[in-house]
Amino acid sequence: MSDLTLTPNIDGADDFYAELLATHDGLSREESDALNARLVLVLSNHIGDRTVLAQALAAATLKISA
Amino acid sequence: MNQVFETPMYPYVRQADQDAATTTRHQVIVVGAGPIGLAAAIDLAQQGIEVVVLDDNDRVSTGSRAICFAKRPLEILDRLGCSAAMVEKGVQWNKGKVFFDERQVYDFDLQEEDGHAFPAFVNLQQYYLEQFLVDRVRELQAEGAPIEIRGRNKVSAVGSHPDHVTIEIDTPEDSYNLHADWLIACDGATSPMRVMLGKDFVGRVFEDNFLIADVVMEADFPSERWFWFDPPFNKGQSALLHKQPDGVWRIDLQLGWGVDAETEKRPENVIPRLKEMLGDDVKFELEWVSIYTFQCRRMEQFRHERVIFAGDSAHQVSPFGARGANSGFQDTDNLCWKLKLVMDGNAPESLLDSYDSERILAADENILNSSRSTDFITPKSGMSRVLRDAVLDLSEKFEFARPLVNSGRLSVPCTYDGSSLNSADALNGPDRSRPGSPCPDAPLSDGFLLPKLAGKFTLLTIDADAPDVIEEDGITVTRLALSLKNDPTLALKDRYLGEATSGVYLIRPDQHVAARRPSFDDKLFRAAIRRATGKE
Repeated sequence: MSDLTLTPNIDGADDFYAELLATHDGLSREESDALNARLVLVLSNHIGDRTVLAQALAAATLKISA
Repeated sequence: MNQVFETPMYPYVRQADQDAATTTRHQVIVVGAGPIGLAAAIDLAQQGIEVVVLDDNDRVSTGSRAICFAKRPLEILDRLGCSAAMVEKGVQWNKGKVFFDERQVYDFDLQEEDGHAFPAFVNLQQYYLEQFLVDRVRELQAEGAPIEIRGRNKVSAVGSHPDHVTIEIDTPEDSYNLHADWLIACDGATSPMRVMLGKDFVGRVFEDNFLIADVVMEADFPSERWFWFDPPFNKGQSALLHKQPDGVWRIDLQLGWGVDAETEKRPENVIPRLKEMLGDDVKFELEWVSIYTFQCRRMEQFRHERVIFAGDSAHQVSPFGARGANSGFQDTDNLCWKLKLVMDGNAPESLLDSYDSERILAADENILNSSRSTDFITPKSGMSRVLRDAVLDLSEKFEFARPLVNSGRLSVPCTYDGSSLNSADALNGPDRSRPGSPCPDAPLSDGFLLPKLAGKFTLLTIDADAPDVIEEDGITVTRLALSLKNDPTLALKDRYLGEATSGVYLIRPDQHVAARRPSFDDKLFRAAIRRATGKE
């Protein structure tokens, strides 16, 4: 069984963050919200593992600690 | 209260040039006696070049201004004879805290790598640095070096020609003209030289105001960098607290757009803000207050015939990351050895084109990093703020989010990848010392490595044979023979060899790697020397 990665895991974190912001460039708030929702679903499918997804859902609530 | 910036350091003195029958021609004129102009002048004078520094003022800068000096500039200023005083006077720090809203979300330790002569950062008021630089000029003068500073000499006109520069100078008494073989313009972000030459300076304007205050207080805050996102005492904005020598603290408060700078600067408006931040019981005194706005921009070219721009006159960044003054020292470090070779006829004038390409690469890197920090600190859209706040919320609980928190990516030197002066990498060595890299320091059994590489071309051999001296078309390269036997901490092996068992490095006078191979090869290294001096 695998665990959710909660240590730094993105090479070039600043480049990624800039790309994430750039993806939202020029969108209305509603369009941005929709984009984020699609992104969550795309990434969730990539992860696939239901245990990891459950851990991710819990982490996003900020109610657990690493 | 410190008064160093209220004393004239280079008062106006009438010069023979003002009464000369014909216009005097100097080798190099530097316009601007700020840190970058003084560093350029000292560097050139140490190489025997005659240099005159002109400044419209006669004293060091008012207020702390640039306060955070990084390792690489300290290494450069060491070669210029100023770092010991900076380290002795300055405040060293490597820890910091990040706050979001009312809570501390995490703290960090920069975890400096061991085995360097200089710390990652020293905090020091700009006026002290300028004082140390002026002291160094006086020392050079006492040794007979051809260097002078002329206070209250304001350049009022400039003429650029293919083989010289003409300028007109206003003084408190009269105006006079000078000619120069070369002119280095270090006259700051508002550069009158750039304006007089009608050169572009385009980039991105950030619609924000920051209040910057130097506060003298006897307080128990540790020597750390504290950064607040959206704190209760500056709602919706940011704040930064940083320690300087003499019990002076730098406080930066983001004010937003559409505020009146003159009103905000008044003590009756500043003091309540600071009280809210520091608490009612902390006693403090305001030393200096300023309001700044900023842009991220650069000139399209830094060299225009014989006028060369360096420091803020050539490129401007937001203050987050301390990439302004720190990059300026790397400009002059890159420029001065090239200019010396060109002036002596030992390299073609086109070598100076590499100053443009290498330092523009660096400026773009600094602009990119400081723009990203600014976008994180002051989100420009609703979604940008939502994502930023999500990163901060997550960073309190989860380590993974902390590298995404961006309150400034602190100044590191640029590696000149792709420079026309580099030869192809022929060593299976560490990435950090590939051609174009600034040489990392290393402790040897008889002192640190970098001072042994200062100011001249060096052939660094590690457990490899090579001639003691190579002469190639006017360039003298001297060998520094090292062995892992003199590498007590294995830093030399780790930073220069990696998996390789021997290495030969050609190192430029600015301590950047030009070429490296596992062993010496006369033909290939002679080609590398020609390439590093703009001859191939």
